[in-house]
Amino acid sequence: MARRLFAIWFPRLASEISLRTRPLAGPFALTHRAGNADHLRCLNAEAEARGLYRGMALADARAILPELATRPSDPPGEIAGLKLLRRWADRYSPQIATDGEDGLIADITGVAHLFGGEEELREDLQARLARAGLSARSAIAGSRGGAHALARHGDGIVPDGLLAERLGPLPVSALRIPPATAEGLARMGLVRISDLIPLPRAPLARRFGRELVQRLDQMLGTLPEPVGAEPEPPHFGVRMSLAEPIGLTADVMAGVEHLLAWLCDKLAANHMGARRLCFELHRVDKEAVTIEIGLARAMREPKAMAALFRKQVDEVDSGFGIDALRIEAIVTEPLAPQQIGDMRITQADELSDLISRPGNRLGFEHVLCFLPVESQLPERTFRLVPPPIARQAPCPTGRARGVPC
Amino acid sequence: MPHENRQAADPLALAPARVHEAEGQGRSSFALFQALRHPGPIFWVLPQREPHRPLPDGLPPGVAERLHLIETRTETDLLWAIEEALRSPASGFVIGEPGKALNLTAGRRLQLAAEAGRTTGLLLIREGHGCNAAETRWHCEPVAGPADSTRHRWRLKKNKSGTFGMWAVHWDGASAVCDLVSEAGE
Repeated sequence: MARRLFAIWFPRLASEISLRTRPLAGPFALTHRAGNADHLRCLNAEAEARGLYRGMALADARAILPELATRPSDPPGEIAGLKLLRRWADRYSPQIATDGEDGLIADITGVAHLFGGEEELREDLQARLARAGLSARSAIAGSRGGAHALARHGDGIVPDGLLAERLGPLPVSALRIPPATAEGLARMGLVRISDLIPLPRAPLARRFGRELVQRLDQMLGTLPEPVGAEPEPPHFGVRMSLAEPIGLTADVMAGVEHLLAWLCDKLAANHMGARRLCFELHRVDKEAVTIEIGLARAMREPKAMAALFRKQVDEVDSGFGIDALRIEAIVTEPLAPQQIGDMRITQADELSDLISRPGNRLGFEHVLCFLPVESQLPERTFRLVPPPIARQAPCPTGRARGVPC
Repeated sequence: MPHENRQAADPLALAPARVHEAEGQGRSSFALFQALRHPGPIFWVLPQREPHRPLPDGLPPGVAERLHLIETRTETDLLWAIEEALRSPASGFVIGEPGKALNLTAGRRLQLAAEAGRTTGLLLIREGHGCNAAETRWHCEPVAGPADSTRHRWRLKKNKSGTFGMWAVHWDGASAVCDLVSEAGE
């Protein structure tokens, strides 16, 4: 089956995320401080219509448009927003990844028929994003580079096998090449992608680098380029909805034990332990009570954890009843699997563990034992050395011991 | 054996899997006396700048080979190291020298660690720095005696599960037994 790639581009993502949390009427821009001056980083449609553009100095923009409202940009918030969009968009494909700082790329091979066809899939996505107040452009093509280019320079769907014809009229800057290369190509009269396709490869690669040829092949689909969707991080939360509301402590505790057993299975599968747990009890009247417990060290024993909840569960006002329970491990730490059964064989390991744990935190030169030395002076009859077991651990480097390299 | 009986049989024995405290000038001797009575590796956790260190020549026989020193930079590290040593079932006896008075949370945490690892611990504290979570607290003082004699007065001034008491002992530092001597003298 031919591969089909779906690229989504959010031309005004940053300003729209900012306006979503705190709406504002009129022309608006996010500013970004570079060097000694503020520049416009992202504008809304109204500001763009008044002649402002990205990268413009804020002082110039203010001169053109005194009523421009601005806020400083928040790059971490934008990345988090894009990640949220990625999670939402996995309804269209399991293989979806972020593409740059304002785009998404999805592999929709064999998926489109579930939405009634590619056209319908694209319309569905556009309609949902428009309802959420996000401007987006999307394109479907047979290669990742092609979909990326088409989403940013017009939009639409490229049928299978027509990549070269449909993408030929696009400018060379659509190829994801550095601006300097695009400028060099323009100086030689190579403005459109169709100008590049018939040219001999070797001189092109020699003059502009391998990257240009590689990007061209990736766009035309002759060089494969995977989506590279990152795996979902494990989520340590479990929930239970009840058919009938409950109110007795014993009933809630039975639910807690059931949920904790499930949660601990999840933690064990990922070699993690919980340090802090959050327990939510949802009441029939839509109120929620939250109980938090902390653990002194990472653990995943359901029985011991359930006992810690008991006192606070006793004090919860259940109202007309509780109909949903949810437990989430909000702080987790790595916890290796533990040996169960015969403990005799681990006695020597225990001692080496006990020596290596302080050794790793305090430095192996601070965990010491006495080594006898022959001397007449009482204070010289011994040397303090790291214990023999600790010597098998990685030795600190000369610099750590204060020896000049 | 119930605690009362054990105390009657051997008044100087420390309750196992608990953390105890010793204060006074002779606290180190008391710690070494107790170390002789516990088999297995001994861990002595002390601040890095502590000038008074055990000298192997002066230790009772068999202690120097089993002794591990852990030097710590900060008070937090020190308490952490004591807790780790107590929590591990491999250690036989843990001696710690905290610089400040422990609060109830820290003391209780050490007790839980001692219970988890079935290890006995002894904290050498300054006078008046006791913690309420300690199982017993001993006041130890060397006392003058006749020539060729090392005498100590060990006073049990806090006991969670038993009575108080005071013992004048003669311990030569060579074995795990000591002679109880009469206060009245010759």
